[in-house]
Amino acid sequence: MAVREQPQGDVVVPAHAAVEARGLTRVYGEGTTAVEALRGVDIDVQSGELVAVMGPSGSGKSTLMHILAGLDKPTAGTVMIAGNEITRLDDSQLTKLRRQHIGFVFQFFNLLPMLDTEENVTLPLSISGEKVDKAWLDELLTKMGLENRRDHRPAQLSGGQQQRVAIARSLVTKPTILFADEPTGNLDSKTGGEILDLVRSSTDTYGQTTVMVTHEARAAAIADRILFLEDGLIVKELRGASQGEVLTVMSSLH
Amino acid sequence: MLRVALKGLAGRKLRAVLTALAIILGVAMISGTYVLTDGINSAFTSIFTQTYQNADAVISAKTAFTNDQGNQVQAPGFSQSLLGKVQTLPDVNAAAGSVTDDQTQLVGRDNKVISGGGGGSLALSVNPTGDQRFNPLKLTSGTWPSGPHEIAISSNVASSKGYKVGDTIGVARNGPVQQFKIAGLVELPGVSIGGATLSVFDLPTLQKLLGRQGELDIIRVQSKAGVPTSKLISEIKPILPHGTQVRNVAAQVKEDKKSASSFTSFIRYVLLAFAGIALFVGSFVIANTLSITIAQRTREFATLRTLGATRRQVLTSVIVEALVIGLFASVAGLFLGLGIAKLLNSIFSLVGFDLPTAGTVFETRTVIVCLVVGTVITLIASLRPALRATRVPPIAAVREGAELPRGRFARWAPWASGVTLLLGVLLLGYGVLGHHLPTSTRLLSLGVGILLLFFGVAANAQRLVKPLASVLGWPATRIGGTAGVLARDNTMRNPKRTASTASALMIGLALVTFVAILGQGIRSSFESAVDQLFIADYALTSSNTFTPLTIQAEKAIARAPGVTVVSGIRAGSAKVFGSVENLTGADPNLTKVIHLDWKEGSNAVPAELGQTGAFVDDKYAKSNDLHVGSPLDIETPTAKVLHLKVDGVFKLPKGGSPFGPVTISNALFDKNYVDPQNEMAFVNIEGGVTPANTAALNKATAGFPDAKVQTHSEFKSNFEKPLNAIISLLYVLLALSIIVSLFGIVNTLVLTVFERTREIGMLRAVGMTRRQTRRMIRHESVVTSLIGAALGIIVGFFLAILVTHALSDEGIVFAVPYASIVFFVIAAIIVGLLAAIWPARRAAKLNVLEALQYE
Repeated sequence: MAVREQPQGDVVVPAHAAVEARGLTRVYGEGTTAVEALRGVDIDVQSGELVAVMGPSGSGKSTLMHILAGLDKPTAGTVMIAGNEITRLDDSQLTKLRRQHIGFVFQFFNLLPMLDTEENVTLPLSISGEKVDKAWLDELLTKMGLENRRDHRPAQLSGGQQQRVAIARSLVTKPTILFADEPTGNLDSKTGGEILDLVRSSTDTYGQTTVMVTHEARAAAIADRILFLEDGLIVKELRGASQGEVLTVMSSLH
Repeated sequence: MLRVALKGLAGRKLRAVLTALAIILGVAMISGTYVLTDGINSAFTSIFTQTYQNADAVISAKTAFTNDQGNQVQAPGFSQSLLGKVQTLPDVNAAAGSVTDDQTQLVGRDNKVISGGGGGSLALSVNPTGDQRFNPLKLTSGTWPSGPHEIAISSNVASSKGYKVGDTIGVARNGPVQQFKIAGLVELPGVSIGGATLSVFDLPTLQKLLGRQGELDIIRVQSKAGVPTSKLISEIKPILPHGTQVRNVAAQVKEDKKSASSFTSFIRYVLLAFAGIALFVGSFVIANTLSITIAQRTREFATLRTLGATRRQVLTSVIVEALVIGLFASVAGLFLGLGIAKLLNSIFSLVGFDLPTAGTVFETRTVIVCLVVGTVITLIASLRPALRATRVPPIAAVREGAELPRGRFARWAPWASGVTLLLGVLLLGYGVLGHHLPTSTRLLSLGVGILLLFFGVAANAQRLVKPLASVLGWPATRIGGTAGVLARDNTMRNPKRTASTASALMIGLALVTFVAILGQGIRSSFESAVDQLFIADYALTSSNTFTPLTIQAEKAIARAPGVTVVSGIRAGSAKVFGSVENLTGADPNLTKVIHLDWKEGSNAVPAELGQTGAFVDDKYAKSNDLHVGSPLDIETPTAKVLHLKVDGVFKLPKGGSPFGPVTISNALFDKNYVDPQNEMAFVNIEGGVTPANTAALNKATAGFPDAKVQTHSEFKSNFEKPLNAIISLLYVLLALSIIVSLFGIVNTLVLTVFERTREIGMLRAVGMTRRQTRRMIRHESVVTSLIGAALGIIVGFFLAILVTHALSDEGIVFAVPYASIVFFVIAAIIVGLLAAIWPARRAAKLNVLEALQYE
């Protein structure tokens, strides 16, 4: 297990809870047409944990992740990331927080089409102006199987390769927490499986705390903990479940 | 982030180039204007400097004042005896005298005048024997003309009309055409004199031709070695007769250049104004194109934000892109300008202004202005889209079709656009109607007012898109079938975008409409003035209508059989009440050929003018408080003052009259003016206008190839020719802005086709053919152009009404050239069709399967 550097700066990192959320509520619209996407959710994600958030469509799982990741503000409730109350931060404070503490993997990869692999991976560093640790970069690229694709543009990569680039990008700053939004949603099952292996091994090798939203049972099965959402509330939690157990819970929810 | 911006540009080269095109043309126009006018100025400097080569001082005749048109004021010559006196001065090494003229016309084999094309018909004298140190011309073949029958001509005439040494050629000046033998061909080395014609004679021959025997116009003096020019000049001064002056060469060149450089300054400012319009339109196109591309890159910006980019970093990245595009466009435009300079020169020659040029002058100032202006305009145009890019929220990275949050000030946008429009209208009104204000204030108010008007209309146009599109798009639904209906709906889908694209075209069309209506107004009022005044059978003018015609032609036409009245109107300049005005001369028979309404006095006035009378127009009388009996002093170019009395005041028609503010009798005029000429003469003949009479009059003036006999209607159309030429020129210059807006439409279409890839794929999948796809894009393009045309024509009408009202007492009526307006609408349709060609092909070529899968 590689030693994780403690980030410097004005952010305090407590030892264990990477993410702590209390009473998360999210209401869209007003009056009679209001939609309650989340209706009071509490979450704790421990440092080094891989948590999956599952649920049918409309359960609020995407909304939950957006709020945890600071992309959206809850109607009520608080979120603490690495000891920072993010719901109160303004835009530039949030931006700073993102650089150090939040990593992202998107369903549609979201790579910049005109940059090659190496540039895409180091993009967060060039944005924050930090120097690239060559050894760390090489290690990441090797781990993702991209050493021979350093100067390829996304258009020259397959879907799976693009998602690997995205994962490498999300890990390069060694963020406090990595959010993965349906990382296998745009991939075939074989490639998807490879990606899931990489997500699992990042947590194992680097202790990368990860929250993954998915609707695939196979994906949820790699997690340490699985939270099931239905109608805006957490209705069940599983630990170390197999794919079959996940499927059973899922069918009981419909 | 810089790298991201630059790489982004490199990856989207096509889009960057399309955006840049909007600015390239405007910058090229600036560059071309400077290159052209610098070249003309340089040519004039060369010409004037070379004219005085080897001379240290120049003696010339004085005029009391100069008229801006230069050739209206003929300086009297001085006695040749001065030359001998100068040559005997102690410090003079050599001196030579010459005469010059600017109305000596060459006549071709067809007995027609060889036009000097705006450059003039110049004549110089040379000394065929003796050294040629003062002679700026070089022989390209033959010898210097010697004797009363020889001439040398400029090589441009020789090559364009096929003359060589030994041929004969006609010369017309003040009398019937005389034939001369071509002894040699000349040129001014290093300078192209454009279309000007040059005739060279020996001194006695030219003096005789001009009727100025024993006179000189210029003496060139060279000092002995080592003598400072100031000393030379102080020696010359005491022996100068009254009415002459001496200058050192630098001062003389400066004086000569005055009218030439004011002319090129005028051209330069006019051309730069049109370049400015093209850049203004270009800025609209850039703002529009960038808005669209930024909307399409929402996910990219959102991703950058999730990766920790600040809003400022996003702003900087977009601005850097704009800067690079602007710089690239400016450099490209700078070099394209070299071609534009040549094009402008050709256009000017076509309109009759073949000006001298001396190579390509590419000054540092041109480079700097082009780079700065192009880049700054691109930057300014990119600000609003760039700010919009910063408003992309990070969540847009995950959410499809996230709405961009409105800016802080978005609430006030409708108010702001309304206020802008109102302010523009007010400022325009202020500038146009504020007669008591200084000109600079009025121009500023007008300029800012027009800008705000265009901005205001563009900002509010989105509200008009839906109604306009449903009306203007109706033909598309009829003739285009389903494709047409889809096209019309597409234009209504995003009114803001359609309005923004159409607005670029609106500007160009508003201006051409404005020019067309004003032009028609000028034409109409001129025509009604002619209808009112011209009661003669025929008019006699020079072939290009505006230059004066020798009075010998008047005398010749009087001898034609059946002529009952010939009345000429002399033209010159005089200083009255401290300013230089046009002075005209009238003949006692005037009222038989010209109908005047008298405010004071009667038709008896012209016959009674004698040696002390003058009549004035009522406008001039009003501003100078003149009535019958008022004293009137005028100063002629020879500095002689004539003490006159006002005998009559006539009512000046709106469209003008042939008379200057002050008119004296021809008899008095001829006594006081060197080489008097007619601006026009009128003829009454027994039987009125008949083919026989026309032939008789032409026969009578056959010896004057420059003379033109015209009927009433021919007179009108000939006078309108230059006006029409100028209007056509304005159209061509405005066409540049219209081409820029055409690129704007292309940009929008290409980008929206790209944006609608999946949708087009779907349409093709359900059965729309490639042809229908192209048709859809074409109709969309045409409807957008028509919207731009509709807005533009309305704004143009508005501007024309405003200006016509303001200038109504200057003699412009409001008249609409309906044919031109229809032509503009057709032109807009053509613009739409042209703009659609490439985007339509791209849309039709989309691979259906790939398009459907497109993210």
